[in-house]
Amino acid sequence: MARMKFLADAERCIECNGCVTACKNENEVPWGVNRRRVVTLNDGLPGEKSISVACMHCSDAPCMAVCPVDCFYKTSEGVVLHDKDLCIGCGYCFYACPFGAPQFPQDGAFGLRGKMDKCTFCAGGPEPDFSAAEFRKYGRNRLAEGKLPACAEQCATKALLGGDADVIADIYRDRVLKRGKGSEIWGWGTAYGKPERKPAAQPGAKS
Amino acid sequence: MKRALAVATAVALAGVAAGCGEKPTVTVYKQGQYQGKPDKQPWDNDRFKGDKDAWEKAVKARNLGQNEYVRVSGS
Repeated sequence: MARMKFLADAERCIECNGCVTACKNENEVPWGVNRRRVVTLNDGLPGEKSISVACMHCSDAPCMAVCPVDCFYKTSEGVVLHDKDLCIGCGYCFYACPFGAPQFPQDGAFGLRGKMDKCTFCAGGPEPDFSAAEFRKYGRNRLAEGKLPACAEQCATKALLGGDADVIADIYRDRVLKRGKGSEIWGWGTAYGKPERKPAAQPGAKS
Repeated sequence: MKRALAVATAVALAGVAAGCGEKPTVTVYKQGQYQGKPDKQPWDNDRFKGDKDAWEKAVKARNLGQNEYVRVSGS
């Protein structure tokens, strides 16, 4: 069974925000809610790096752990989803999430916090597949169409990969080995070790 | 004097005994159970008609399509 994950390649992301736009368009996300954002480090400086961030569909999701009404569930593909009919908009999940994924639409005269909205991995929610209710509450269910999230599939530089964790990890590993750099941010050295380098020749030493 | 001492002793003993009756105040958190509506599998719909293999095949093709090294070389 697939275990769905996102992987953002900081070496390739050009901060075009195409993923953000694709997400908003595909799911008709309400004004003020961004299920996906592009975060840039050292913006404007030489060597700046950008990554696209949304719900990472954690294996041990903190939002699920803190929800007081237990409205979260995890699908058999590892996608973290929630039932908006049950959500009370308390915001605990927002505080618990290390990625700032849960979003809350502002509504009403006093800026009432609406029901939580977040990336669904384009997998809809607990409504009948392709129904109007599912689209209105959760957006499009591309996964049930046999497709992957719109953000990843439209990425021009393929900086954002989405899909079965094993497959996209293989793609990324292959890419890193071919270009020989750019994996440091993901702890490549920790996971696979650093490439061996021959010690510099000592002056005067026989070679 | 003896009476006052006896009363004081009785109160002290009662206090000590009350300490033994305290309950632990540490909360034990339990993992919650999903309370919302049930969701179906992504292949249980009109498009795939419950054919899990067909769904996995479609998703895998999309997965592999993200590897442009393979796409460009055509292998």
